[in-house]
Amino acid sequence: MANATNLPLSHLDSFPKYQHSKNQGNHAALTPLEDMSSGRGQAGGGLPQNCLKVFIQRDYSEGTMVKFQTRFPSELGGRLDSQLFEYTINQLNNYFAEAERASCSTYCEGCLACLTGYLIYICTETHYEKCLRKVAKFVSEQNDRVYRPRGLLLTDPTTRGLRLIEISVLDRPAS
Amino acid sequence: MPHVTRKWELFPGRNIFCCDGRVMMAPQTSVFYVTVCLIAGTSGLFFAFDCPFLATNITPAIPVIGGLLFIFVMSTLFRTSFSDPGVIPRATPDEAAYIEKQIEVPNNDNSPTYRPPPRTKEVLVKGQPVKLKYCFTCKIFRPPRASHCSLCDNCVERFDHHCPWVGNCVGRRNYRYFYAFIVSLAFLCVFIFACAITHLIMLTRDNIAFLDAVKVSPGSVVVGVVCFFSVWSILGLAGFHTYLTTSNQTTNEDIKGSFTSKRGQESFNPYSQGNVCGNCFYVLCGPAPPSLIDRRGIVTPEYRAEQERGGDENVIVNNKTYGTVKTVQPQLNGIGVFTNPSNEVSGSINNLSTAQHSPSQGRRIESINGSTTNSVSQLVSNEIPLASLSLMPLDIDEVAPLPSRQNTSSIDTSIIPPVAVTTPLSASRLRLLQDTTMIESALDLDSLEEASVGRGSQAGLIKLGAV
Repeated sequence: MANATNLPLSHLDSFPKYQHSKNQGNHAALTPLEDMSSGRGQAGGGLPQNCLKVFIQRDYSEGTMVKFQTRFPSELGGRLDSQLFEYTINQLNNYFAEAERASCSTYCEGCLACLTGYLIYICTETHYEKCLRKVAKFVSEQNDRVYRPRGLLLTDPTTRGLRLIEISVLDRPAS
Repeated sequence: MPHVTRKWELFPGRNIFCCDGRVMMAPQTSVFYVTVCLIAGTSGLFFAFDCPFLATNITPAIPVIGGLLFIFVMSTLFRTSFSDPGVIPRATPDEAAYIEKQIEVPNNDNSPTYRPPPRTKEVLVKGQPVKLKYCFTCKIFRPPRASHCSLCDNCVERFDHHCPWVGNCVGRRNYRYFYAFIVSLAFLCVFIFACAITHLIMLTRDNIAFLDAVKVSPGSVVVGVVCFFSVWSILGLAGFHTYLTTSNQTTNEDIKGSFTSKRGQESFNPYSQGNVCGNCFYVLCGPAPPSLIDRRGIVTPEYRAEQERGGDENVIVNNKTYGTVKTVQPQLNGIGVFTNPSNEVSGSINNLSTAQHSPSQGRRIESINGSTTNSVSQLVSNEIPLASLSLMPLDIDEVAPLPSRQNTSSIDTSIIPPVAVTTPLSASRLRLLQDTTMIESALDLDSLEEASVGRGSQAGLIKLGAV
């Protein structure tokens, strides 16, 4: 199981750049919904099963906006630098803060949608969805650059209902 | 083209889907069709009987305004009914197992009673303690403001209430549509009512008797009557939701009084933006959260395997069974209380009864009858605060009359922990209350246990510290 998901790592350095430009092309061709489901950061095959999983829970101290705890889980000690981990989580938190920020442009978007009887949502994408796409891209990039070489896999929190971030330790069996 | 299985087809809740997952509604939609027929029918009569007369005699703007309002009402209604209210996807088996492990309580083997793990944890939201409850169906600790809708069998973010009129839950994602619907419907109702009355008055002014005017325009009378009876409730509802919006509360929180100061404790709404305008803007025009259940996603074999793994009724962790209990049902002497084994109430029974029979733990093994009586009474004692809904107190024996079985089965009653049963609200009464008022989901009955914490309910045993 673990072998199957460990990709050969030699090509990874050049991979993110290539994928970046390729994704851009794809976005234009696909409808938003299909793109959402395919772009959720699971490029390397399916999700691993029967391996140790570490869960980063939500931090509700500032309200219900999406924010994850930055405490370094001890299970990852020795595999991952805590600074790299914190960078990932903070970056994700920033993306979600940007998505949920009550800025002037989101208000305008909301008011405009209301005036059209919310019919505009049929053909446009909301600011939040755009941010989620950035999150998916960031997760897959972090996976390729940081996590997969260390035998870890980061799961896009969107696929877990934004409840938690799942980090799978690919070569350690579930306890 | 081969059939592509999409994720909505494996959706664990009870919602119904149309148009290949684009449309999502509650399981019962009959009242929704009544709403649509009422609005469309009344407006149709108005356009047929009143509009031509008023357009020629007053101004052609009347049909235009009426038409625009009608389109807006219908579009917001369909938007509310057909969109995802903010369903929180259920936990994957791994996540459920992880949570079970996290809340595991070290049990002393010598102790005669088994302590179930705590089912609530407390977090601080802007310094305000908020209790997160464990959802037995979704196997997650519900986020703040979320609640489980027992009709749709989902946890819904920022749950407001389950509205049978729009045939959907009202939650974080569709509250703004719902509010727009209610307010525009109030305007439409008042507008149509005023127009119909004007029409009738103008007819009678031309020296025609009222009865003759009715014969000329019978539709106006029907429209007037329908609007007269509905306008009050719609205006009331619009006012109520305006108040909720300005204070950034949900109906659920308002009914439960989550933010009212009690027992001397200062309490405020930690989700409020601070002022009326900020709240209105944030609730109605703020960032629109996306749907988290990815209904139209394509099912991969991995996803299917995971669903099937989690789809087992019971997740067995450390030899304890969590999930639904069907074994409890027969002992209730055919009262048929827990008709739906997967709802919240049976979830809490399960929790309590697993506390009683866990044979692998090497403690006492009781007859199923004994343990059920016990757990049912524990359940009722846990639901005591419901008695504050001013319902008749009922003796526990009405729920589980098992006196004749007592001597045949070898129960040592002395080892059953004493359960304080004071004015219990029986399970059947509970069901009756839910059936008659349909208020169950709005009240979130299982979460009213705040006062019972001090009474030895499992919720109060241990609180996880704020994380």
